[in-house]
Amino acid sequence: MSIVLSRREFIRVSAAIGGGMALEFSLPGVARAFPGAPIGEINAWIVIHPDDRVVIRIARSEMGQGTLTALAQLVAEELDCDWAKVDTEFASPNEHIRRNRVWGSMSTGGSMGVRSSQDTVRRAGASAREMLIGAAAARWQVSASECSAANGLVTHRPTGRMLRYGELAAEAAKLAPPKEVSLRDPAAWKIAGKSLQRLDIPDKVLGRPVFGVDVALPGMLHASIAQCPVFGGRLRHVDSQAAEAMRGVRKVIRREGFVAVVADSWWRANEALKKLRIDWDHRGNGQANNETIAAMLGEGLAARNLPEARRVGDAPAALAGAARIVEAEYRSPYLNHATLEPQTCTAWFRSDGFLEVWTSTQNGEASLAAAAEEAGLPLERVEVHKMMLGGGFGRRGGPQDFVRQGVAIASELRGTPVKLMWSRQEDMQHGFYRPASIVRLRAGLDAQGRVVALHTRIACPSILTVLMPGSLGKEGIDFTAVRGFSDMPYAVANQQVDYAMRNGHVPVGFWRAPGQQNSFYRESFIDELALAAGRDPVAYRLAMLEPGDRNRLVLEAVARAAGWGSPLPAGVYRGVAIADGFGSYTAMVAEVSVGAEGNAKVRRIVVAIDSGYVVNPDNCRAQAESNVVYGLGSILYQQNNVRNGRIVETNFHDFRLPRISEMPVVEVVLAPTGGFWGGHGEPAILPLAPAVCNALFAATGRRIRSLPLSDHDLRRV
Amino acid sequence: MLELIVNSRRHSVDVEPEMPLLWVLRDHLGFSGAKYGCGVGICGSCTVLVDGEAVRSCTMPVSAAIGRKVVTIEGLAENGLHRVQQAWIDHQVPQCGYCQTGMIIAAVALLAKVPRPSDEEIDRTMTNLCRCGTYARVRKAIHALAEAPPAAAGKVPEESR
Repeated sequence: MSIVLSRREFIRVSAAIGGGMALEFSLPGVARAFPGAPIGEINAWIVIHPDDRVVIRIARSEMGQGTLTALAQLVAEELDCDWAKVDTEFASPNEHIRRNRVWGSMSTGGSMGVRSSQDTVRRAGASAREMLIGAAAARWQVSASECSAANGLVTHRPTGRMLRYGELAAEAAKLAPPKEVSLRDPAAWKIAGKSLQRLDIPDKVLGRPVFGVDVALPGMLHASIAQCPVFGGRLRHVDSQAAEAMRGVRKVIRREGFVAVVADSWWRANEALKKLRIDWDHRGNGQANNETIAAMLGEGLAARNLPEARRVGDAPAALAGAARIVEAEYRSPYLNHATLEPQTCTAWFRSDGFLEVWTSTQNGEASLAAAAEEAGLPLERVEVHKMMLGGGFGRRGGPQDFVRQGVAIASELRGTPVKLMWSRQEDMQHGFYRPASIVRLRAGLDAQGRVVALHTRIACPSILTVLMPGSLGKEGIDFTAVRGFSDMPYAVANQQVDYAMRNGHVPVGFWRAPGQQNSFYRESFIDELALAAGRDPVAYRLAMLEPGDRNRLVLEAVARAAGWGSPLPAGVYRGVAIADGFGSYTAMVAEVSVGAEGNAKVRRIVVAIDSGYVVNPDNCRAQAESNVVYGLGSILYQQNNVRNGRIVETNFHDFRLPRISEMPVVEVVLAPTGGFWGGHGEPAILPLAPAVCNALFAATGRRIRSLPLSDHDLRRV
Repeated sequence: MLELIVNSRRHSVDVEPEMPLLWVLRDHLGFSGAKYGCGVGICGSCTVLVDGEAVRSCTMPVSAAIGRKVVTIEGLAENGLHRVQQAWIDHQVPQCGYCQTGMIIAAVALLAKVPRPSDEEIDRTMTNLCRCGTYARVRKAIHALAEAPPAAAGKVPEESR
């Protein structure tokens, strides 16, 4: 049963990633029917205490992206309460199940946290406000139409009488929710739309124990884990004699895919883990390496009769008749998420048969389903405590491997809480990686240099096959592998996109802005075409975008803000790229310089984003800055190589993260045009790699067709 | 038993002398503000002050901290917020926040030595890694602290040194 629930959830989520479709949930209204709800619970989202403190329940996870605060702002806006009295708590996954999934989706990915729940949470706020007005009107025995609510007070306008929300909440909670509510025009927002300080930051600067790894329970033990270094391998035998003799060690746990040591501190567990002599069965994957993976993808590019992710016009015919053909092949490596907090899960099989789990998860409901299934318990007998995430970036949503492991380990120590934390090496070598892929592009230009045809062949492992097999498209099309081409905004009369799904044995997953490598390919290639046509890259793109297209608006906005075409300091060069995705439209100009030894420096990034509406401008800017740094590492030096079936990199010495000295100036132009809701967690990473590489071409004359840059000689040709 | 001074208090712990200070703090003394990120002294999430110096506690054996003053994020201010913590709020620096306790400690140590650090000094000293990319705000917050002298900026004395 748990699997059915989570699958359905995954399908709904996947349907919305990238497509910009909002998820619809029914208005919360069943709160009063739920036994044990607090007295001031007006609906599932809002509890108001007698002292006017407003607790807003948040169903999504907080991993630094600011969703917790933004959702609270939207609720508070419609509720019209005093922001200073707002507190938040995460909605309980266990209660979620017992209340017939009253909070809708708990999934936090695809930059959907705000955009897919904004309607529901705003309605929850508006509904509660009307109920508070109704309670006041009943108390005063006047018509509700004579009353209004603002800033935590209901006022009877004719007499000026006032009641605080805290005085009314218990009575309001007993009323039936209104059948219809009207939502405020965003132009009139007072709490939403403002750069309010994030609610989770004070605890984080104080070092309070808010993360999954910070869980501390009486009698708790600690676990460190070793998984088969070759993906898909199994445990054959482990000699644990030396480990078990070490100080503090309580138990060595053996499972098909891992061995774990449980001890009284994590360091002792991990030291003992190093003393294990493990014999793994690699099950035929021990020979895989970069070359076999490249050969697998190359075979895909050459394959006949591939499924088509897009067909417009007749690309082969138009190519045959084109004045000029431009061809190129691009590729990308596997990439780990490398969340700074390693994967972690604390599990406690209580003596009463109930299982409690604490974890850093992007989907509390999926964690609940995974824990229940692993434990063999009904969902109602499991609770998941959602902790703050030390980074997510897509690692902690679909895959719940760490939850299953944590529960499996604790199941052998019933009655005792056990906290599992992966070492950095495990985290580096057991990710769900951004797929490695290869793409072959053939464009046909007419005599004026205009694109008349684009034929794209993509060979790429399928994320959906690993994590959401039910949401693959027809003929096994994985939209995360073809996006950017299958939904290209440029007006090209003849387009064909072929997809070769070639999976290999390396697990792949949703790495920030899944499919973002296609933006690198497409927007770099468009620059190649502009060069071939002898046109300016901005003008060339504008000529292919329909009037009124939001891609066009953000491109014009970024060109203005960056001073496209204006003189640059000596040695500095520009590049441009656009991308739409995750509900938003993004355009970027990068400025780079390259030293005499070929050392590239990204100096300045100007990015324009149209997300329709902006709930917290400062946080949206922070997300753009974040995307730039996250993407920068993958441009400069990050890659995960495969040798002997395993990932080569082990830690931050060979999988580097940018430092403060490498941080470019980032200027963010928020350009919301209204009428739709786009995301902010991922869009700004999409145009980054091509904007930087197009600038590098301007600087060096070298066209970068694979990343990272550390593989390339960047001295000027 | 080993004697440690953490956040101005004496603690006795029964641990191996080679156990890194980080794990003594986190698992034996309950100071979970310092974080594990890499275990090899690269990322700086585990940064604490030892006699006023910013130290990667994941690679310092606890024996090396005996008799020295260890200050963690929990002990930075006796009450309320240290001025660096306040600046981190004012400039909305953290995102996920995992690296930020180490980042704040590193900034405290830097400002104690160099009250008005240049960009180059910040680049050289602030070697902590942040996966979310908060660097622009870290720099801004440090410069803002340099502009405001400690006495005027907050009520909290620099007792953390």
